[in-house]
Amino acid sequence: MNQHNCCNHYTRSKLPRGAAAQAGQGLPVIEPGMPLPAGTGLTRRRLLAGAAGLALSVYGASKLPISILDAGIAEAAQSNRVIVSIFLDGGADALSILAPTGHPRYFDLRPNLAINPAEATPFSEDTSLSWHPAAAGLRTLHSEGKVTVLPAVGYDDPNQSHFTSRHFWEVGSLDTSGSTGWLGRYLDLTGSEVNPLQGLSLSGMLSPAMATASKPVAAVESVTGYDLWSWVDDPVTEDLYRSFKRFGEFKSDSAGMVQARRAIGSTNSVRESLEGFSEFTAPVAYPDSDLARQLSGLGALLGAGLPLHCVSVTADGGYDTHSDQRDDLTRNLQTTCDSILAFQRDLESRGLQDRVLVEMWSEFGRRPEENGSAGTDHGAAGTAFIIGSMAEGRMVGEFPGLTRLDEDDNVRHTSDFRSMYCSLLEQWLGQEAGPIIPGAANFARPKLVRT
Amino acid sequence: MRTAYGSSRRGVKTYRVERWVDRGEGVVQQKTKVIRVKGPRKPPRRDPGPRPLPKAQQPPKPLAPQPFGTYRGKFGRLEATRLLNRAGFGPSPGQAEKLARMGMKKAVLSLTRPRGKARLIGPKPVDGDGLPLAPADSFGQDHLWWLDRMVRTDQPFAERMAFIFHDWFATSNESVSQQQQMLDQRVTIKSHVNGSFDRLLISLTKDPAMLQWLDGGNSTKSSPNENYAREMMELFTLGADRGAYTEGDIREAARALTGWTYDYDDDQGAINFRFDPEEHDADSKKIFGKRGNWNWNDACRLCYEHPLHASFFVGKLWSYFVPTAPSGSTRKALVKKYLSGGRQIRPVVEAILMHPDFYRGEAMVKPPVVFAASLMRSLKLPIKTEVWSWLGELSGQRLFYPPNVSGWDDDRWLDTSTTRARWLMVATALEDRHFNAWDEEQPYRKDETTRDAINRALAAFGWPALRAEHQQELISLSDRVTGRITDDWQQGPYRAMRQNALLQLIAVSPDMQLS
Repeated sequence: MNQHNCCNHYTRSKLPRGAAAQAGQGLPVIEPGMPLPAGTGLTRRRLLAGAAGLALSVYGASKLPISILDAGIAEAAQSNRVIVSIFLDGGADALSILAPTGHPRYFDLRPNLAINPAEATPFSEDTSLSWHPAAAGLRTLHSEGKVTVLPAVGYDDPNQSHFTSRHFWEVGSLDTSGSTGWLGRYLDLTGSEVNPLQGLSLSGMLSPAMATASKPVAAVESVTGYDLWSWVDDPVTEDLYRSFKRFGEFKSDSAGMVQARRAIGSTNSVRESLEGFSEFTAPVAYPDSDLARQLSGLGALLGAGLPLHCVSVTADGGYDTHSDQRDDLTRNLQTTCDSILAFQRDLESRGLQDRVLVEMWSEFGRRPEENGSAGTDHGAAGTAFIIGSMAEGRMVGEFPGLTRLDEDDNVRHTSDFRSMYCSLLEQWLGQEAGPIIPGAANFARPKLVRT
Repeated sequence: MRTAYGSSRRGVKTYRVERWVDRGEGVVQQKTKVIRVKGPRKPPRRDPGPRPLPKAQQPPKPLAPQPFGTYRGKFGRLEATRLLNRAGFGPSPGQAEKLARMGMKKAVLSLTRPRGKARLIGPKPVDGDGLPLAPADSFGQDHLWWLDRMVRTDQPFAERMAFIFHDWFATSNESVSQQQQMLDQRVTIKSHVNGSFDRLLISLTKDPAMLQWLDGGNSTKSSPNENYAREMMELFTLGADRGAYTEGDIREAARALTGWTYDYDDDQGAINFRFDPEEHDADSKKIFGKRGNWNWNDACRLCYEHPLHASFFVGKLWSYFVPTAPSGSTRKALVKKYLSGGRQIRPVVEAILMHPDFYRGEAMVKPPVVFAASLMRSLKLPIKTEVWSWLGELSGQRLFYPPNVSGWDDDRWLDTSTTRARWLMVATALEDRHFNAWDEEQPYRKDETTRDAINRALAAFGWPALRAEHQQELISLSDRVTGRITDDWQQGPYRAMRQNALLQLIAVSPDMQLS
């Protein structure tokens, strides 16, 4: 019998960060007491007041041109609420996160993988469900009334392809050809022409949910050390960046050229905003994980008052647990939920908790019946969570049970992800969903956000 | 001066005069012209003068998709550069001009059907300590190792095709226990890129890296795993949402694919890959409406013989070479070519490389690895640091680590993170090629003109073609920098920095991001 290689210990493909410093020739010298970065739109007093515990270091501000972002900030000020999308990549097993331990059939379908009810804490809104022990962070926030649970969210005629289903969620429609994300369309409608930080993917790649048709958005792999170093010193650096910026402004004759020019323009703009952001100390302890690194950085950016509006980030690990689900899921769920708890505490200590709402989702849930590789295959309805001090904190849609599954033996959905988006747009972002979510009029508006 | 004084006969003096000739398309050459002068007239100027700037390049306006056919338009340096960028890893200095002289068809065939064995040209790659690479053992050096072959090979087409099918059958070292198994998969792919898709699919279905990555080696009679069956249909052979298969077909194909297995060793990882008939479900299955006691070979065959496979194959293959969808007639003709050739891959690629859309369609964003390799090829830069692996990851493309089984997303290469990574690649490449502004032993030329500065920077990259607006911006930058000089001590150092800025800007310019 074969044994699966669950642990090849290249759990993350990230190369050592040390190389970053090497490639950057060592980061520039940081001198205390230098002026504030252009583009943050902050006075020193506001920065200090708004960034308790944040050591924001600034260098070389003299070489920053007058920032184009000032206008962006003025525009983005129309709403200072922030939505953070956290994606559980691969199809998270809803039946482990909130395990239906009160449903006898669960133990027949999951002889090896069922969560042991003795180790799990009942979910207060439906005691036939139990929190996975590794989801303690989420459970804590739920007990404080800061989590709205959608225990069976999905859509009609569920697609079991990762890519198709994820695409539906990203574009906010059951449309395989959509090319803009639901948050991207929101930004296209309401966003700034000049502020790429309004749609920030904390990732090496732009999140498709944030893909816009025309407004600038940004992807930043690490909020610290975003520089464009070169073999040029002052004062010629200013000429270098000016020409680079110009490359982004000429006319384009193809989609590829449009992409290249936009990316250059936004890259230069993000450089102007983040160049000074070299290190910070989070006011609370975060676990050691990529998600934690991104969320603590996000806390610092928000604390510094940068004009963020929509943010996306992907949780640690993969949730596509076809084999050896128990260990992989426990590990990933633990770091994900611990990181989210730390982020909420970070926001609370900065006094930002009422401005930020997290939406956590996955492209589908997994098949109730486990497979023979100690894993589960692709399913249909999954769970989503709305997290934050402004979350309504009351479950949306009930858990449908395991006796009546769909034609592919998967869990049926009791809420639609597009309903969730409509509510988030209208209740949190203050934007009517009609122009953004196709067929918005047909979807219910569950109460997700406190009023 | 190279100008030579010639002979004099019957009062007619003959001079050989060197002069600059702009051949268009960014090529400026020094030519020798023979001039005869009679009588007491003044001899011609002997000095050819400073080299003029090459004329900037304005690529023709892209055309909408054309019907199927063979491209008959101009095949110059721009077209040859596109061919090398998309079917290889960009031109080495002078290569585009050489290809342009062959004409389009010969140029394509010289790439797709090279003679003799491939050779690697230039110094061998080393790690940051100057040691030879250990691609199977050292984390991150797998990327360096393949990148080096892309840079140094004299037969880039096969390497590019292997790279394309690495994306098509995207397997990640993330769930493969040995780097060697990924390197072996690359060899398997490369050995089939000039053969049939049938053999490629069959080889990869039982490939050890693939058996780990998509759980093919964990799928047994008692509990078949659907992972491989689904992706084989959705991503490798048929495509999603085309009505080609149902969820039922996936489940039945998963049963047909059962039986592959391997052992797990705590030190070596997954080993001893084999087909175990005991674990195979030999009962009858119904796949695509056909009933039989199908096995794993049959499951592959049913996919590549499926009536919707050929159209999926040519569409997907096309998308690697041309950014806009083919016309109906093109798609049809390519399907015909594919099927009549027994599902051979290369003839279809050749038809795409000779299609009018390839040369007159829109520009494409170079994948990050192609950008890195073409930058290094143009500079003839050897690999001598692991930073290229880190930069590969930051740019959105680390070899052997595609983000998921659908491969890299070719529509969204450029954003603020990946564009920064390309900038850093250029800065890293210039580590040994930039000028030290403050070197007193070898001070930079104090009298370098704008024209000389730009020519020098263009020469460093093998005279890439720049669009007019970008070349004009380089001129503006050069003038701006000299405009800053107020003291004599700044003359050399500012010009050195100007040269470094020009080198950086040429390589990060949109022209270099596109193919």
